Amino acid sequence: MAEMAAEGKQPEILFWVGCAGSFDERAQRITRAICKILNHVGISFAVLGTEESCTGDPAKRAGNEFLFQMQAMANIQVLDAYQIKKIVTGCPHCFNTIKNEYPGLGGNYEVIHHSQLIQQLIDEGKLKAEGGESFKGKKITYHDPCYLGRGNNVYEAPRKALEILDADLVEMKRCKSNGLCCGAGGAQMFKEPEKGIKDINLERMTDILESQATVVAAACPFCMTMLRDGVKHENKEQEIEVLDIAEITVRANGL
Amino acid sequence: MITQILFIIILAAAVYLFSKNAAKVRRNILLGRPADRSDNPALRWKTMAKIALGQTKMVKRPFAAVMHFFIYVGFIIINLEVMEIMIDGIFGSHRIFAKPLGSLYGLLIGGFEILALLVLTACVVFLCRRNIAHLKRFSGAEMTKWPKSDANYILIIEILLMTAFLTMNAADHKLQLLNFGHYVKAGSFPVSSFLDPLLPNSAAALEMIERGCWWFHIIGILAFLNYLPYSKHFHILLAFPNTYYSNLHLKGEFTNMASVTGEVKAMLDPSFVPEITAEPQRFGAKDVTDLTWKNLMEAYTCTECGRCTSVCPANITGKLLSPRKIMMDTRDRITEVGNNIDKHGKDYSDDKTLLDNYITREELWACTTCNACVDACPVNINPLEIITEMRRYVVMEESQAPASLNNMFGNMENNGAPWKYSPADRLNWVKES
Ligand code: SF4
Ligand code: SF4
Repeated sequence: MAEMAAEGKQPEILFWVGCAGSFDERAQRITRAICKILNHVGISFAVLGTEESCTGDPAKRAGNEFLFQMQAMANIQVLDAYQIKKIVTGCPHCFNTIKNEYPGLGGNYEVIHHSQLIQQLIDEGKLKAEGGESFKGKKITYHDPCYLGRGNNVYEAPRKALEILDADLVEMKRCKSNGLCCGAGGAQMFKEPEKGIKDINLERMTDILESQATVVAAACPFCMTMLRDGVKHENKEQEIEVLDIAEITVRANGL
Repeated sequence: MITQILFIIILAAAVYLFSKNAAKVRRNILLGRPADRSDNPALRWKTMAKIALGQTKMVKRPFAAVMHFFIYVGFIIINLEVMEIMIDGIFGSHRIFAKPLGSLYGLLIGGFEILALLVLTACVVFLCRRNIAHLKRFSGAEMTKWPKSDANYILIIEILLMTAFLTMNAADHKLQLLNFGHYVKAGSFPVSSFLDPLLPNSAAALEMIERGCWWFHIIGILAFLNYLPYSKHFHILLAFPNTYYSNLHLKGEFTNMASVTGEVKAMLDPSFVPEITAEPQRFGAKDVTDLTWKNLMEAYTCTECGRCTSVCPANITGKLLSPRKIMMDTRDRITEVGNNIDKHGKDYSDDKTLLDNYITREELWACTTCNACVDACPVNINPLEIITEMRRYVVMEESQAPASLNNMFGNMENNGAPWKYSPADRLNWVKES
């Protein structure tokens, strides 16, 4: 972004990569997939790069409102300095926080999650799911991230990206507003779970196995980690692939 | 005459007692912190109409929804019948509406009887479901002792009331056939007439049964009214205001604490002068009085149905957290605080708090903030808000977050990310492919 600004240019959209998308190796692949899509359809975009900082979501959910607001205000300063209007995020947590909680602190932007961007592009005919890998006949199931689904009522956008695949979209027993958490939200990602009889992502595995899907579509880097751990735990890495909506779109379009 | 006076005394006493207890609940609720829920009344009325009146969130469990619907409609409509009973009781009349309403009256009574039968059936089914089928939802750790018997009492009382109502009608019906006294021929008795053969034939005995059931029915209703404030059954009243004052924001949005904003602004910009609030408030909630009145109203509205707990990922996987217990603990504690005020005055402290004495930290830290409980609640209760407020207290006032979370906070403060990575590496994903 700094470079673009130096050249006096303003991107159409700012891509908010998020901490997971920046640092987590698996999530970096999602980040690159989103960039490929943006490049493919010719949207000019920028990232904040080293100027991006955590949105503060995990701090807020853990109860550290101070830290959250410090992060939020610093981020709002940077975004406003670059006169950002429109943001696409690669993570439902960033999406929720910037979209819903930043306005109260003075940060007003149009924020969409990357699955919504993909839906728009499909609706506009810019993404067709042609020319790449065919998912025809494959069983795909979609795991609703809490902060996209229940948190913001975004249920259809990610499904749209799967529906055009000609694949067999199967819903899990617990889906949409009744979806089961992957176990990572509310800062659980950063601590050991409390003791219980099993971990939440393993409970979620029972739904996945029951759906008999061979591809599990995710739309959140945290869900990605938890679902993959679950698949690993069940020794199903050969049979079940966990992919982000963006990665599936990239593959289907041969990007 | 004497019975009329007796009736009026009982009625007045019941109404007085009820309003006193209801006022106490209201007072307790207002012990909470302020919260503004006055915006957008149009949407609020709509929400209430849909969720409380229209029962739209019940349909997720169709069987329970249908059974509950019987009881709910029965409750509302049979109140018309209760109105007649009241008037008769006060003026010493009998079936006062029979004459003016004519054949419509017969239709109405017939309708009430069918409803009474449906209510009766639903209550029996619910009793079996709770005590014989042993649904997991009704047997959580918090559902022992009082909460368990409370549910059973409610069902049994309703069964008794409906039985009394039908028996009364049957006796009345028989007396009508005998052309006895003031028992005018009125009403059609599609359900209770099946009871006729079970009743004695002597007019005197029938009159005793009719009067007995009449008194039992109305005193039962008045007693039940006074039971409400002590019971989860209070939801039949509070469901309406509670849904009216629903949170209208998206579920993902958590409140931004205004008190923190002032301090953070002052830290970032020394020239900023935060507004002075009257008295410094605690950050987050340690006790019930740190919660908002809406949180407390929700606690009194909770029907202990356990729909929240049955979808809670933490609870499903055997962790200590149960969102229903969060609501029940909050209600128990605010009731205790209220009783303390009544007994010992306003400034009394019993050295107990919601945190630790009722809700443990292990419960608080098991929550994934997934909003499943919020979504599942048929009366729009938000247990997550209470959990978040208590986490805020634990983290900001006590600095007692779990160690791994403190690490995360540290990383975020120093590196701008929850993990220990250097901000300079933020663009590394561009290179590796
Ligand atoms: S928000 Fe917390 S309490 Fe509610 S269902 Fe999710 S994990 Fe359970
Ligand atoms: S909070 Fe709502 S869902 Fe949970 S037990 Fe109470 S009424 Fe039922």
